[in-house]
Amino acid sequence: MGILDVRNCTKRFGGLVAVKALNMCLNQGDLYGLIGPNGAGKTTVFNLITGVYKTDEGSIELDGRTIHRSKPSSIARLGISRTFQNIRLFRSMTVLENVKVARHMRKKQGIVDAIVRTRHLKTEEDEIERDAMNLLKIFNLDARADELAFNLPYGSQRRLEIARALATSPKVLLLDEPAAGMNPHESLELMRLIRSIRDEFHITILLVEHNMKVVMGVCEKIQVIDYGETIALGTPKEIQGNPKVIEAYLGGA
Amino acid sequence: MKKWVFWLAALVVLAAMESSLRGLIGAYNYQIVILVGINIILAVSLNLINGYTGQFSIGHAGFYAVGAYTSASVVVYGGPAIRAATAFLPQTAQNAVLLLLGIIAAAIAAGIAGWAVGIPSLRLRGDYLAIVTLGFGEIIRVLILNIDAIGGARGFSGIPQLSNFFWVYLGVLITVVTVHNLVNSSYGRAFISIRDDEIAAEAMGVDTTRFKVMSFVISSMFAGIAGSLFGHYTMYLHPNSFLFTTSFYLIIMVVVGGLGSIEGAILGAVLVTVLLEVFREFGAFRLVNFSILLVLIMIYRPQGLLGAWTLFRTRKPAPATK
Amino acid sequence: METFLQQVINGISQGSAYALIALGYTMVYGVLRLINFAHGDVYMFGAFMGYYLANIPWIKSGVGTSAAGAVFVMLGAMVLSAGLGILIERFAYRPGRGPTRFTLAFWLGLLGAGGGQMAGQTFTSVVLGAFAGIAAGVVLELLGIRPVRQESRLALLIIAIGVSLFLENGGQQAFGADPKFFPQIIPTTSFKVGPLDLDSQRVIVLLVSLVLMVVLNIIVNYTKTGKAMRAVSFNLDAAKLMGINTDRIIAFTFALGSALAAAGGILVSLLYPRIDPLMGVMPGLKAFVAAVLGGIGNIPGAMIGGLIIGMAEVMAVGYGQSTYRDAIAFVILVLILLLRPAGIMGKGMIEKV
Ligand SMILES: Nc1ncnc2c1ncn2[C@@H]1O[C@H](COP(=O)(O)OP(=O)(O)OP(=O)(O)O)[C@@H](O)[C@H]1O
Ligand SMILES: [Mg+2]
Repeated sequence: MGILDVRNCTKRFGGLVAVKALNMCLNQGDLYGLIGPNGAGKTTVFNLITGVYKTDEGSIELDGRTIHRSKPSSIARLGISRTFQNIRLFRSMTVLENVKVARHMRKKQGIVDAIVRTRHLKTEEDEIERDAMNLLKIFNLDARADELAFNLPYGSQRRLEIARALATSPKVLLLDEPAAGMNPHESLELMRLIRSIRDEFHITILLVEHNMKVVMGVCEKIQVIDYGETIALGTPKEIQGNPKVIEAYLGGA
Repeated sequence: MKKWVFWLAALVVLAAMESSLRGLIGAYNYQIVILVGINIILAVSLNLINGYTGQFSIGHAGFYAVGAYTSASVVVYGGPAIRAATAFLPQTAQNAVLLLLGIIAAAIAAGIAGWAVGIPSLRLRGDYLAIVTLGFGEIIRVLILNIDAIGGARGFSGIPQLSNFFWVYLGVLITVVTVHNLVNSSYGRAFISIRDDEIAAEAMGVDTTRFKVMSFVISSMFAGIAGSLFGHYTMYLHPNSFLFTTSFYLIIMVVVGGLGSIEGAILGAVLVTVLLEVFREFGAFRLVNFSILLVLIMIYRPQGLLGAWTLFRTRKPAPATK
Repeated sequence: METFLQQVINGISQGSAYALIALGYTMVYGVLRLINFAHGDVYMFGAFMGYYLANIPWIKSGVGTSAAGAVFVMLGAMVLSAGLGILIERFAYRPGRGPTRFTLAFWLGLLGAGGGQMAGQTFTSVVLGAFAGIAAGVVLELLGIRPVRQESRLALLIIAIGVSLFLENGGQQAFGADPKFFPQIIPTTSFKVGPLDLDSQRVIVLLVSLVLMVVLNIIVNYTKTGKAMRAVSFNLDAAKLMGINTDRIIAFTFALGSALAAAGGILVSLLYPRIDPLMGVMPGLKAFVAAVLGGIGNIPGAMIGGLIIGMAEVMAVGYGQSTYRDAIAFVILVLILLLRPAGIMGKGMIEKV
């Protein structure tokens, strides 16, 4: 049994079966790639795991706890965090505030603390600020901490989303095409960073990526899906030679 | 500055102003000042839901009514008993106790109403929520119309006058400080995250359900307090003071000043109240011009007069995409 | 049983009036995603236009006796209200969507007239004020003051509230605040069908509503403009890319909705002839509730919603709960939305993340 266990999950949108009886198992510390052609259902899998969509069938467990009936915020509390394929930063907040929001749930401050501004609140606010700044440093965003997130360049916004996701202290981090829109050099850089984050924070990472090369370079285990079904599972080497995978990518394109 | 020094100074200044203000500016202006204060409480609290949490409520007058009628009932029907129990106190202290009890009851009752309205807000979005809040406001008003003990359609008269400049502006101060502290804490960030992107907020562990209901409850509690202060100033309540048009005017105050800014809500409350009062002699005609001005402001400066400007920093208004 | 059937008949005629107003709400919501709060006031405007048209001397003789008179009053009011709808759309809502001209001149002209009235209270001062306002508007526009593109729907909603306040208060100035009595534009006859008492008014209201709804359905489903309307409702930007003149379609939608509201105004005035400038407020709200109830943006939904609200109100009044009448629509609304958050006919869409 792994840390994240997706069992026989199915999701339908009207007549369309976006995810079909899918199984997926991540072990602690995995850097796991989920790939597939456009519309394969990768993002839908993320949405099922994080509770944004409810599964029609099947179950999802985190560390042995059933989570597929919980709401997204509870799942986040239990230790799953994510980024979004089409960036969803808090547009009216600064870079720093974006990270702070995510840090909030790991702290305990009562509403009375907030209204009367107790000392307890102040020390916690300082902690939150410090943690957030540390994360921004890792992603090289600390210099722009007070700018509006909305004004950052695209690549920085993607990195800020990862920083924000990390701020919730997750056990499992889901990244949906974090390198989208980056050039090969930037992607490579980002993948190195992702790997080092995994090692430093001792977390498990599930990565969706369109670019085969990028995934092959960074992930240790890869699952390929097409039309919501698994068509291959294995190491990058095994995947590379798999005729079904080649077929799906060429046929789907 | 130590907190208690600030509050002590505030109390002294307010008390000093209370004792001299009416003589300085006359009874008519004094009344306008009171009205302005009550509208500031209402606008600033409404801003918590509409400006910060990004939920669209157009039923604030309902909570205002609940507070006003609750407090008046407590004081009118419980008054003799409370006075008897506090007979050892001087008259002014008795009045203060009475008013404070009324205010507390008003805040609790309005808070419960806010909670009840906040629940559907969990399932409804945008316009659906808007119309439900409006509906709640109207239901409350019709209920009041049908309760004879609080005057029904005749109106509720015989309410003792307990509030004055001192109490109203103490209320303003408490409201502004509370809302300011709240929106500048992690709670405020949670509210704003819901406004900016509800799905992302949930994914980051913000329990959007809880925070939405919370903003409704807090906001309505203050509306209830405003209602109490209003009833105990005017000494008479009528359901027509709490029509949905009252909610509309409150929204106008918030939006004209600048959504999501406390200073904006204050400015809006002052401007709208004073303008409508100053031109009262022109009757409905001033409202014609007022509505044209409103349309003009919204067409040419949709972020409101102040935008999201605040004394302490500038925040870009939410570029609403919903 | 008889009284029950009687109530059903009354409920249907009251409900079809709500439905006519609700249709305008729903159509406008469809194309602009805007709650057009001014819509209830267009209904009031329609009733007043009918009132004035019926009182034109050379019409007056024909009114109440000939069908032509009634049709003239009805169509005339519908056309005038359609004009008002187009005007509102053009000067209040369109500026937020893109560049428009003379917006400032229009509103400053009105403001100038209002200011002139407040300052001098003579005809000259009003005209002078209006001209000064228009001139100022033109100059300011030449200087580069332009409407801001509306990113938030809230500002648009406040504009709608502003327009509504304008029509209500302006109506009190223009038409007088006192109630007026709508003339009998059709002769009243009562007759019995089985055990039921019917009168010509109720029958006419029902028939006309029915005809209008059928016509609307034909327009929306079978004409080119109707198809364009549906395209705009589905996705405004895509419709624009496909070469649809979206501004024209939106204006048409306002015209159509306003004409229906005016028809509703006149039909209701046949049943309840007291009209006043604030008469649109409550029916407007309830019609909006009806639209939401049916699933806003959904045309058959608006009709069903209107009937439900009308029926429920008439039943409640008929069974002795008249003091709660104004709350009934909202109670139903809350109950239904708690069960079906997207309304009766609305489709719950899962937001794509
Ligand atoms: N909310 C929704 N409503 C309807 N259909 C949806 C919804 N979300 C996803 N789909 C459909 O489900 C299928 C899978 O979509 P999904 O976004 O999961 O694919 P993906 O693998 O992430 O693709 P991409 O590489 O383009 O991001 C697609 O056909 C999509 O249109
Ligand atoms: Mg995807």
